[in-house]
Amino acid sequence: MDRDTLHRFLYDMLLARSFEERAAQEYTNGNIAGFLHLYPGEEAVAVGVIHAAEPADYLVTTYREHVHALVRGLPPRQVMAELFGRRDGICKGMGGSMHLFDRERRFMGGYAIVGETFPVAAGIGYSIALRGLPEAVICFFGDGAVNQGTFHETLNMAALWKLPVLFICENNHYQIGTEIHRHSAVVDVYKRACAYNIPAEKLDGMDVINVHEATRHALAQIHAGNGPQLLEFETYRFRGHSMADPGSYRPRSEVKAYAGKDPVQTVINEAEFGYPTQEEIAAAGPDIIAQLVDHPSAIDHFDAHQVAAIKQDVEDVVEDAVALALQSPQPSMDDAWASLYCNRRHETLLAESGHD
Amino acid sequence: MTEQLLLWQALNRALDTEMARDESVFTLGEDIGLYGGSYRVTEGLFAKYGEWRVRDTPISEGSFTGLGVGAALTGMRPVVEIMTINFALLALDAIINMAAKIPFMSGGQFPMPLVIRMPGGVAKQLAAQHSQRLEQTLMNVPGLRIAVPATPQDAWWQLRQAIASDDPVIMLEHELLYFETGEVDFAAEAPPLHQAVIRRAGTDLTLVSYSRMANLATQAAASLAEENIEVEVIDLRSLGPIDWDTCAASLRKTHRLLVVEEDCRFAGAGAEIVATLTERCFFDLDARPARVAALDLPTPFNAELEAASIPRTADIECAARQLLGRDNPA
Repeated sequence: MDRDTLHRFLYDMLLARSFEERAAQEYTNGNIAGFLHLYPGEEAVAVGVIHAAEPADYLVTTYREHVHALVRGLPPRQVMAELFGRRDGICKGMGGSMHLFDRERRFMGGYAIVGETFPVAAGIGYSIALRGLPEAVICFFGDGAVNQGTFHETLNMAALWKLPVLFICENNHYQIGTEIHRHSAVVDVYKRACAYNIPAEKLDGMDVINVHEATRHALAQIHAGNGPQLLEFETYRFRGHSMADPGSYRPRSEVKAYAGKDPVQTVINEAEFGYPTQEEIAAAGPDIIAQLVDHPSAIDHFDAHQVAAIKQDVEDVVEDAVALALQSPQPSMDDAWASLYCNRRHETLLAESGHD
Repeated sequence: MTEQLLLWQALNRALDTEMARDESVFTLGEDIGLYGGSYRVTEGLFAKYGEWRVRDTPISEGSFTGLGVGAALTGMRPVVEIMTINFALLALDAIINMAAKIPFMSGGQFPMPLVIRMPGGVAKQLAAQHSQRLEQTLMNVPGLRIAVPATPQDAWWQLRQAIASDDPVIMLEHELLYFETGEVDFAAEAPPLHQAVIRRAGTDLTLVSYSRMANLATQAAASLAEENIEVEVIDLRSLGPIDWDTCAASLRKTHRLLVVEEDCRFAGAGAEIVATLTERCFFDLDARPARVAALDLPTPFNAELEAASIPRTADIECAARQLLGRDNPA
């Protein structure tokens, strides 16, 4: 892993963590209302997957999608303002936390009915295939979505017509509060893909480098015209399902075990020098000592100060996003009507009751 | 340039014309390709345009309608055929939660040039599950546009306009109208997609209707004319939006309103039509508005009961006479 790539991963994961924790705080402060689904714990999936995509590839996400939007390059200010429901939001305050869209960056929406991302992605994949374009679409979904009919219907169509769709399961083991063994007869999501002849793998979703590698490989297959692929990433959300859910149904030992696998800490560990202790050096023997000393300088990674500097950078970005969101005006009802009628162009339409 | 065509042929010509003109138009649905379509609307198109633009789908209404939504987001112009409206119940998430709401929720960023065609209404002894009317459900969804063509001419015009629209348009086609003949003038300029048309001028009462019931209303008006009752028949052509101005102008002349619908009476399309026109034209009315509608009953299989469960021309004539204070035959 080269230094620049690792820097981008580290930056995005720290930004993701900071943005989401700040969103939780702003929810508590009363600046964000409604449903707010946060991503801490799952960052390695969005960061690893989206960094493997080309800018021309489309993304379709669920309602837990702020981080996907940020990694895709949507301005943090506009994402935060949308969470606040303000006019400078990426959707002018019409969509909110669960419905982020950005046509320019091919961010095709956060969908808040479980199972909707499948057919939308298939439709985008169909139009890519019909036009013979060298593009793909990435379809995110959770473990709870695989028992919707749309999962099976769409996998069938995607395989039947070899659509360029990469299905990404963010398996955090819970559909809200129901653990996967209580909602699925087959708990290995990737095994279901074989019913539709779709190549699939289950992977550790807590390791961003791992996620990135697997995704790159899968997308290469798709771009080569080999049809859909499915990757299941095992991950964990540190928070409850939404801000309304304390997540108290989960065993403490389980939460603690996953906290030890914090993907953000993992990438920091990967990125930092990690000078061995005197005991480690003594225990390792002479050859190993040489390796431990040579490795970090050979690959030119970061030290703890550099990591702290990135942390400060993302804190500043988030602070700036909140400041903008707070200043942004409330959208007007005219903005709402303009959003509804955005596609009428100059067509002659009749006056309607209620809005002449 | 006019031709006598069956209504399905007019739709077929419209689809063919638009597919030839614009490569982003494609159609998908069950048995529409190789088989040619349950009501023949897509006949011949598979051979002409190939499997990618005339796509036979698995029986997965929810997902292939959602697939249409996804394709429309990228600027394609999908025409989804739901074999019958009864199966559209499985696709309501795609229609209501997705097609109707995405342009809005995105703050106006995305087009939704999606057409969803669905044959429906009460046909001939198809029993309760296959005799669905859903206009009231779809009318209540902001963001959808609903066309209800009753003639081959309107079918030709409205399907082409629906395909050209960047808003999602539902085409409610009546199963009993597919094999009705009418003259189609291909060169004539189309009225706006949602404009109502006066099918017969009259002075005594305004009869507002749509789809197959507009044809029955016109027949009823012809026989009422023999009793010196002059009925003005308005075919709405669209249920979303509704051309209230044409209705209101007629009521200012006739002062009486009769609405005829095949929808079930309770909370049906007619309820909205009567409510809005009463609000708008209250002081023009000389009598309470009236509705002739289907019974609030799942459609019986038995032929006689089935026929009695929806408006017939005799029912329309009877209601018109009542509204004018005339005696009905015993």
